[in-house]
Amino acid sequence: MTESNLTLNFGPQHPAAHGVLRLIMELDGEVVKNLDPHIGLLHRGTEKLAEIKPYNHSIGYMDRMDYVSMMCCEHPYVLAIENLLGITPPKRAQYIRVMFDEITRLMNHLLWLGCHGLDIGAMALFLYCFREREDLYDCYEAVSGARMHATYYRPGGVYRDLPEQMPKYQANRYISEKKVKRLNYNREGSLLDFIEDFTDRFPSLVDEYETLLTDNRIWKQRTVDIGVVTPDRAKDLGFTGPMLRGSGVEWDLRRKQPYEVYEELDFLIPIGLNGDCYDRYLVRVEEMRQSNTIIQQCIQWLRDNPGPVIIDDNRYASPKRSDMKHDMESLIYHFKLFTEGYSVPKGEVYSAIEHPKGEFGVFLMSDGANKPYRMKVRPPSFSHLAAIDEMSKGHMLADVVSIIGTLDIVFGEIDR
Amino acid sequence: MDKNSNIDIINNKLSDFNVAFLDNEHNLILQIDQADFINVCKILKTDSDLDYSMLIDVCAVDYLTYGEADWTTNDATNSGYSRAVKQTIIPEADETFTDRFVVFYQLLSISYNKRLTLKVFTTESNPPSVPSINKIWNSANWFEREAFDLMGIHFKGHPDLRRILTDYGFIGHPFRKDFPTNGNLEVVYDEEEERVIYQPVSISTRPSVPKVIRDKNDRK
Repeated sequence: MTESNLTLNFGPQHPAAHGVLRLIMELDGEVVKNLDPHIGLLHRGTEKLAEIKPYNHSIGYMDRMDYVSMMCCEHPYVLAIENLLGITPPKRAQYIRVMFDEITRLMNHLLWLGCHGLDIGAMALFLYCFREREDLYDCYEAVSGARMHATYYRPGGVYRDLPEQMPKYQANRYISEKKVKRLNYNREGSLLDFIEDFTDRFPSLVDEYETLLTDNRIWKQRTVDIGVVTPDRAKDLGFTGPMLRGSGVEWDLRRKQPYEVYEELDFLIPIGLNGDCYDRYLVRVEEMRQSNTIIQQCIQWLRDNPGPVIIDDNRYASPKRSDMKHDMESLIYHFKLFTEGYSVPKGEVYSAIEHPKGEFGVFLMSDGANKPYRMKVRPPSFSHLAAIDEMSKGHMLADVVSIIGTLDIVFGEIDR
Repeated sequence: MDKNSNIDIINNKLSDFNVAFLDNEHNLILQIDQADFINVCKILKTDSDLDYSMLIDVCAVDYLTYGEADWTTNDATNSGYSRAVKQTIIPEADETFTDRFVVFYQLLSISYNKRLTLKVFTTESNPPSVPSINKIWNSANWFEREAFDLMGIHFKGHPDLRRILTDYGFIGHPFRKDFPTNGNLEVVYDEEEERVIYQPVSISTRPSVPKVIRDKNDRK
């Protein structure tokens, strides 16, 4: 009797598939022989929708690309528009963007760490990571009013300045005064005070996560030498971000092709040695520590340098409501901006940032109209997921879950 | 980064081929003839002075309605844009339209920290096609599948040119400009047949804001 390979369907509704990933796996016993990912189950045609809307209307759609690192997805889109228009936001806006990019990086890496741990058997970590993410969501909420889909970045700056007060918990019949006082201890000051309190606590919290995982025997057995990618293969496969750095290539757009104010900030780029899941874990954990120091530097600068947060040009930024009450011109600009939008000069531009997952780029093409002629998103996870076949071949079925975890994929951006 | 020295190096290395730099202040765009495309790509990747080791992105563009506005208002008008009544006119695919599809490739050189955009026109045949560069940069695999799926461009020599983002059994290439934004088919549950069926869409596209082109940035 001859034994034939078993074909197995994995997903699309599987908790370890991180969204709607469908894998058609060909197995020889427990060893993966072939792997065919089917994607597109979350395809919404965002790029096509952007073609029928004025530029500013699509910022909110960009949040829904990678829905665990929202502001980082808005960033390349507004950068692309700014490049075409030839405008530069005020410095304070650039610092705010950098600070929120790094807050977003923490949110993304915390979710990745929690879910990756959960996938391969470390339940407690997930709860700790989500505890910290809650504070970061509060930062989003305080600054934009929305916990997830912020729509905070605008061409020419950010929507509004950082709030002087944090929203507070209030006592009710379920929560006593005493408990509310404890919950509000870090909410008495401004948003910057709240973030500073977080950054003071955070390094010791990362230490806690590391005590659970870094030297953990089970964790190492599940990740060391799993999904090894050599530096040359990583480049050839189009890897960016922690996936590329995990393979030992020192490449970070924040340092190599600095945008906004990253030139002025002091941080290190961690790289891995072996290119396996464990190295990529170490790289991402160290990135969290580095992001923390970047946030601290931004807080210091933002405290010392008040100023405008959006460009003073009413063609692209809304005039003040108080001006519109007595100034005819402001009223006209407001009307034009919110009915027609602004026309962008003809041209093509590709703008990219160092998104938590890798290089997130937007290719924007304008024919001189108030809507993009073509908008193409370059999602980092798309090329990472394309390599899953190569990374999993010869590994056991259970290792596929480790590899999916280490890819850090989110289907909002892969399927678009 | 010195843009001009980069242009000189590339021109020098590619002097045997029909290539031209486009006038673009944002990115360096190199337009390549289709016949030379594969050879140029090989040089761009393997030459030690260029070393474009990474293909970052592939983007296909349909030029069918480039520069066409919904509403031309250069002078004062006494009629508004009647968006409440007017339906969006879906352009008909024009068989005589030349140079309709273009593919843009974003390259990155890690060792020299440089970027380059390649622009290649597809063939005029139906379906439009360009040679696949999957053998040169492996990351092209899925990006080319995506461009095939959404824009209907055939990449000659691609090992596995299947649809990737649209549904199983999908008809058409949705990112073409002659494909309506609301699609052609919708999925509903048929109570009589007691199964899910496809039927023509019951909605029509209406623009929320007309597309206007302001040539001069004349305000302010």
